[in-house]
Amino acid sequence: MKTITYRDALKEALVEEMERDDAVFLMGEDIAEYGGAYKVTDGLFQEFGKDRIRNTPISEAAIIGTALGAAVTGMRPVAELMYIDFTAVGMDQIVNQVAKIRYMVGGQLDVPLVIRTQGGAGRSSAAQHAQSLEAWFVHIPGLLVVMPSTPYDAKGLLKTAIRDDNPIMFIEHKLLYTEEGEIPDEEYTIPLGVADVKREGEDITILATSRMVLNALIAADTLAAEGISAEVIDPRTLMPLDKDSILDSVKKTNRLLIAHEAVGRAGFGAEIAALVVREAFDYLDAPIERVAAAPVPVPFAPVMENFVIPNADQIADAARKLVRYEI
Amino acid sequence: MSKPSKDQMLYMYRKMLEIRQFEEAAGTLYQSGQLPGFLHLYIGEEATAVGVCAHLQDDDYITSTHRGHGHLIAKGGKRDRMMAELFARTTGYCKGKGGSMHIADKETGILGANGVVGAGIPLAAGAGLSAKLRGTQQVAVSFFGDGATNQGVFHETLNLAAVWELPVIFVCENNRFGMGTPQREHQRVEDIAAVRAPAYDMPGITVDGNDVLKVYAAVDEAVTRAREGGGPTLLNCDTYRFRGHHIGDPGTSYRDREEVQEQERQRDPIRRLAAVLIEEEGMTQDELSALETELANELEAALEFAKSSPEPLPEDALNDLYAGSIQP
Repeated sequence: MKTITYRDALKEALVEEMERDDAVFLMGEDIAEYGGAYKVTDGLFQEFGKDRIRNTPISEAAIIGTALGAAVTGMRPVAELMYIDFTAVGMDQIVNQVAKIRYMVGGQLDVPLVIRTQGGAGRSSAAQHAQSLEAWFVHIPGLLVVMPSTPYDAKGLLKTAIRDDNPIMFIEHKLLYTEEGEIPDEEYTIPLGVADVKREGEDITILATSRMVLNALIAADTLAAEGISAEVIDPRTLMPLDKDSILDSVKKTNRLLIAHEAVGRAGFGAEIAALVVREAFDYLDAPIERVAAAPVPVPFAPVMENFVIPNADQIADAARKLVRYEI
Repeated sequence: MSKPSKDQMLYMYRKMLEIRQFEEAAGTLYQSGQLPGFLHLYIGEEATAVGVCAHLQDDDYITSTHRGHGHLIAKGGKRDRMMAELFARTTGYCKGKGGSMHIADKETGILGANGVVGAGIPLAAGAGLSAKLRGTQQVAVSFFGDGATNQGVFHETLNLAAVWELPVIFVCENNRFGMGTPQREHQRVEDIAAVRAPAYDMPGITVDGNDVLKVYAAVDEAVTRAREGGGPTLLNCDTYRFRGHHIGDPGTSYRDREEVQEQERQRDPIRRLAAVLIEEEGMTQDELSALETELANELEAALEFAKSSPEPLPEDALNDLYAGSIQP
């Protein structure tokens, strides 16, 4: 095992897959000499050359459409969109073209395309550089959505995503890039659609995604000191979704709290709540609760940003209430 | 300027007829309620698709539009499987999942008609990038209309293709109307190639898009340049839509009937090539009529194939979305 940052874990995945398969190439804004806005691709152009590490114009629709054209004709592009907020600029290509082409043409064309992007708040990047928009893409049939929370998951899932023949939104978090974790020295991959229990517990299930997994683990520590045993489960891939692991956890703990950084309204948590109510209603000893961002754009002032984005204390508070809930 | 051989001219005549017959039959079927969905006819614009695709190999790529039947037939799409798709049958190119606006055929490099104006343009650039990275001599052609040249992705893609010197030919079919809005009302530019090509530092050519020999000659140069690594070209084909935007639009509220009739009289691409074949290549009207009958019989068989093909099962709707074992 070795300790590595989330950023370097992603880079290792890119390097290994590019070495493994000549069809893999990278394209995006400032990914070559600049190294990517968050430096994930730093130095790669020196190793692989600018044919395979391609700087693009600032043209999100053309980036996605061109990557799609390459994907359906024998290549395996990894296209980077600098901020998930900018997916809105290229949305026709993602939603009407990438997601649907295979289906529309009766399955003739595979789309081995990874769209790497990053979201999330916490750096005062304000309303157009800090959103959590994963629910948009989960909602569109045809797209797969991956949101790793640890270096181990980031590397293993990115390698799998690059080898998969479906279009995948691979959503990183800007505050996770410097987080460290352990990964094996030898090669590994992680299958899509397999959740990971990040901490086992008995009294309540906290389902969290992306950076909220870290906050949920802090909350679980706090709760443990009070005698509450919280299980933290990270679906890791929102589509496909490991429903069985989520249901198994809820059936064990009988309580469910969902924590994500996107706004709650029509968010991914609502989908999880609907799933659990339908499939495990009889096991629930308390209502399902969600901890999510306030339904406003992400504000600039740190004090307001901190107010809007969920923290570990809010997760712990919500968990306490559910554990104390009496029917 | 290259002139095609008599055989090549006959091939193009044949392809234009195949398109015209297909479109006329589809229009009739649609009006009698036999086809679901939308139908956008290519009648009058055949010379553009055929003059361009006459230069392409099976493994070259095209992307098409909502008005795509002509491009598909010109690139090698089979009329029976296209007609089956219009009838929403399992033997259609998309097994009934796409319909008129989404027909594709991987085997002949047809990456799909497209329901969103301009959206196929970057796909062609991507196919060109793929060919370049794989080191093949393949080229990609994107067909789109004058209306699409006002979309952002047109400008984004021309810029990107020029910067990367991609083997792509951007073919604007200027049929003079963006749906029902005349070109002079939707853009200040009249000659799209003369103005837009220099903006992205690529060669631009404008030709009479209803003269298949002129289109053929112009594309020869562009395809050769692309195959030799010389980058993209913007070709502007001045054509005219003889029918309305779609079946259901008579096409007379935004243009004069006389204008349409004048275009049909003077600029029918099929009649123009027939005149050349007779006057310059020594063919007879009887020979051309015999060919027409042969192709009409072939279309009749295609119709029979389509109508007798099975309809999909309702639950087939759940197939073909994902590669591998992932379920919707």
